[in-house]
Parts: sequence; C-alpha cells; structure tokens
Amino acid sequence: MVKTTGKGFSFNPKAWIEPKTLNNSVQKVTGATKSFIMNVCVAIILIGVSFVIVSPILAVISRSIMDPMDAINPLIYLIPQNFTLQNINNAIQVMDYWNTLGRTLAFSLGFALLHVVVTSLVGYGFARFKFPGAGPLFALVIISIVVPVQTYMVPMFLNFRFFMGSGNINLIGSIWALGLLTLTGVGLRSGLYIYIFRQFFRGLPKEIEEAAFIDGAGPFRTYLQVMIPNATPAIVTVLLFAFVWHYNDTFYTSLLMPNNRLLSVLLIGLGPNFQSIFDERSPILTQMVVFAGVMLAIIPILTIYLFLQRYFVEGLERSGIVG
Amino acid sequence: MKTLTKKRWMTLQRREIVWGFLFISPWLVGITVFFLFNLIEAIVFSFNTIIVDPVVGGFTLEFVGLDNFRFILLEHGSYNQQLVDSLVEMLVNVPLIIFFSLLMAVLLNRKFMARGLVRAVFFLPVIMATTAIQSTLELTMGMMMGGVSSVPTEVMQAQAGFNAASIAMLITDFGVPVQIAQYIISTIAALHEIIRASGVQILIFLAALQAIPPSMYEVCQIEGATGYETFWKVTIPMVSPLILTNVVYTIVDTFAQSQVVQTAHNQAFTMQQFGVSAAMSLISSLLACLLLLLVGWIISKRVFYYN
Repeated sequence: MVKTTGKGFSFNPKAWIEPKTLNNSVQKVTGATKSFIMNVCVAIILIGVSFVIVSPILAVISRSIMDPMDAINPLIYLIPQNFTLQNINNAIQVMDYWNTLGRTLAFSLGFALLHVVVTSLVGYGFARFKFPGAGPLFALVIISIVVPVQTYMVPMFLNFRFFMGSGNINLIGSIWALGLLTLTGVGLRSGLYIYIFRQFFRGLPKEIEEAAFIDGAGPFRTYLQVMIPNATPAIVTVLLFAFVWHYNDTFYTSLLMPNNRLLSVLLIGLGPNFQSIFDERSPILTQMVVFAGVMLAIIPILTIYLFLQRYFVEGLERSGIVG
Repeated sequence: MKTLTKKRWMTLQRREIVWGFLFISPWLVGITVFFLFNLIEAIVFSFNTIIVDPVVGGFTLEFVGLDNFRFILLEHGSYNQQLVDSLVEMLVNVPLIIFFSLLMAVLLNRKFMARGLVRAVFFLPVIMATTAIQSTLELTMGMMMGGVSSVPTEVMQAQAGFNAASIAMLITDFGVPVQIAQYIISTIAALHEIIRASGVQILIFLAALQAIPPSMYEVCQIEGATGYETFWKVTIPMVSPLILTNVVYTIVDTFAQSQVVQTAHNQAFTMQQFGVSAAMSLISSLLACLLLLLVGWIISKRVFYYN
C-alpha cells in the first residue's frame, strides 16, 4: 500500500509507467532490422500469391506450344524441347477462331457501348433530379444488384420464349432478348453501372450545370454536352468492365442465345468437338488443344488489359464505389 | 393567357420531376417488366407445374400447391446435401476472402518496387473469370507444382496440385485435433479459389485505404501508437463501410457460382421441369437473402461512418 500522506515521499507516476529508455543507437538498429524482416515477409507473401495467379497462365502457354512427345516426357518442365504450332492450328480450326473472335469482340463492344448509353442516362436521372420516390427506386437498383439472375431465370426464359404471352414471338436465340434487357438497364450487371454513374455524377460540382441552365440549355442538352464530356473516368470504367464481363459471360448467352457461336461458349465444347471432328481419342492430345484454345481466348483480353491496365485499376478506385 | 397558365403549371420543381422520370424511364420499364414481374412470377411458378405447349405455343400453369417443395426437400436425391454444402462453403469462404483481401490490400498499399505490376497481376483473375478458362487453369496447378508434367488428365485432376495427405499427417502429428486439421487443409486446398475470388475485393479495400487521410496516421505516430493499435483503431474503422460492401459482393458472387444454382439450371433446361426449378431457385435465394440480411445487420451495427 502506498502511503501518500507520509512526509518525504514523492509519488512519480511517470517513473512507474514508462520503461527504462534504451540506448538510442540500439533502438535504431532494431528498428531497421525489424523493417527489413517485415519487408522480406511482405515480399514473400506477394511473390507467392502472384505465383499462384500467374503460374497457370504460363503452364497453359507452355503446354499449347509443346509437341505431344514432350508432354509425355517426364523430364520436360515448362520449356518444351520441340516447339509446334499443331495444337494452336487445331484449336483455330475447330473453333473457327478468327471469325469467332471478330464476332465476340463486336458483340462485347456493342453491348458495352449500349450499357454506357443507357446506364449513364439512368444514373444521371438518379444523381441530379429530385422526384417523388427517388429513394425507394434507387433502393430497387441496389436490390437488382444483390438479387442474382438465377433466382428468376425460369420466368425470364419462358417470357422471352413466348414473348408478350403469345406463342408466335420467340426471342430466344436472337440477340433481342439480351438486347432488350440491356436497353432497359437490367442486363448483365447493369445495376452496378447505374450505381457507378450515379455516384460519379453526384461528385461533380453542381455549378457547371447551373451555368449551362442559365445559358439556356435544357436538361438533356446539359447531360449530353456538359456532363458526359466530364464523365470520362466513369465511362471508361463501365465500358471496360462491361466489355470484359460480356466477353467472359456464359450464363446469359447460353440461356438466351443457345446456338450462339461466341468464344467463351465454344471454349467449353472445344475438347469434345476436337475429338469428333478429328476422330481423335487421345486425352493428352485433346488436353493440349484445349490449352491452346484457352490461350487463344486469353490473349485478346490480356492484350487489352496490358494496354488499359491503369484504367481498370484506377477506374474502380475513382468511380465512386468507395466513399 | 394560355402560355401564362402553362408557365405557372410547369414550375421548376415540376419540370425537374418530369425530366427525372424521363431520364430513368428506360430503367423503369426494365425493372418492372423484366425484374419485378419475373421475380413475382418465379414465386408463382414454384407452386405450379408448367406445361409448355410446343405446337400452339405458350405455356399453361397447373396449381400443385407445395408439391414442388415436397419433391425437392423430401424426394430429390441430392438437393438437401447440395444446399447445406453450398451454405457451409459460403460461411467458410466469405470470411476467408474478406480477411485475405484486406490483408493483401494493406500489403499492396505499402511502398515497394514494381507496385503497379503486382497490382496488375492481382487483378488478372477478374479479367479471366470465364468458366472454361478457370477450370483449365485450375487443372494446370498440378503441372506447376510437381516436376513431372507427364501425368495424364485423370491423374492431374486427382492430384489437385499437392499431396494433401502428407500435410494432414504432419498437422495431426503435432497433436492438432482432426477437425481443425481438416479445416486447415481445406483452406490450403481452396487457396487458389480464394485468391481467384478476391480480385475485386482487394481493389475496393485498396481504394478505401488510400482514402484515409494521412493526418490520422501522423497523429498515431506522434501519440506513440504501435502499428497494431493503429491498424485496429484507425484502419479498421475507416474501411468498415467497405467491409459491408465486400461481404455483400462476396456472398452474391459465391451464391451465383454455387452447386445449388447449377442444379436448378439443369432441372429447368435439361429436364424441362420448370416449376421444380423455380422452387429450387426460390429456396436457395431465400436462404442466401436471409444470410445476407443477417450478416448485413450484424456488420452494419459495427460500421463506423467518418462523415
């Protein structure tokens, strides 16, 4: 028990709480060592995770330019001894690659542009206009993001199969089913794009619109000539993401366009198609053709990504999902 | 006179309302016709048998009450199992993905060489997220780990990259209970899956970390807070709104790729049992929504909003 009333006793809380200070130079050395060890650990983790991501791509590329003889040689790892373009040629032939690629790129780009036009309009409507029910309606946008399409895929399919309740109009198999969905802002992740545009437009200063309004521009003209030129980051983000997601999508395309000849769907059937066309039963050979096909599908998207990587990463950061 | 009354009727406020509805009108059509209507019909379908008439066209409904649900839950061979599996997988994977992506975001937020390159690599899985590519890439994991690249397809699939049994024995030898060892092993086996699924989440966390004002960290430094304290008292509260966003995103993403959804898809488009499929979708979606609401409610009580 501490006797505080006693004479000649001074209670110093500081001396009790603070530990003895170490020699300054020792502290500096331990600090440097600590941060060095820390950096090494971080480097190991980052390199390890990067390896897990990159290595399958390397393996696919190595396999698709490998001679079948090398593939069954246990001494060969990654770098083939005999290069061959046979697998790639087979995959190109089975998938009708160049036509398919052109069709897929046109399809993805077209839908991405449509997404930008429609969702920017809707996003601007939600961002700047005060109308009754705006709050609940925007909540509906969020709900449409969260509720997966798979929940209502059966009625969606049947309603497009027998459009407008009649048996004569069949939209399944035509581009119109997905086109209508995209055109009305409920297509592949449209809700997310509406959200991105709304957040972005809300972040722009209101003064520029007021200036346009005083100069006599109507709301639509303000949107087209003032807001859109200022919304480049959001447009690039939505364009890129919509493009990539349409390029990769197999759910919508196989549900609404069952006989489509798009790359991502042809890739699924590449192995069996190769076996039936070439009358080939070897699993290793089939595997290598599939690897070549995967490489052919990755290369266009990887090229785009290499050139526009900055926009992908920065786009998501600046587009207003955060804050 | 006429123009005057028109002007008075069309006030600025009214004009704003009209233009607002004009701007969102395409979406308004879509959300009612293609979303809400379909959603309601999905519920109706699940209580009916749907008979498609290929000759005349169109389809008719036949009310069967709870028969579809009874079939799924009591008679279907594997649906219960798949439902539980998917739910457990979600409960296991979602926290793992969130922790992993937060950790990675914190690491990527440090200053180091080739930062742009590493960030580009981390985002690669998002770019290549199509089914065929993913399944093929997973297959190759075995080839990269083992030196022998000659294993045929079947063996390659069985190997799944590394010898899990040896690790299991190693862990149990340390006296770790089997259940925990099993969890650790399944986590390691799912590592590739988790890395693949956390591309978007890492980016969102990264952006959130960069939005934290540096002055807060300066204060921490001056006050003598350790890195650990700074992380829990500054970083976590500041990114907590985005934890909610990421959890929701992850749950939805995991659900869309789960086995139950695939089963419902097959039930409709391979076996042509649309009513049963609608009921399946309804059950799994309701469970996912319930989970979403529960998790959202728990997290939102702890979320800290800076502004």
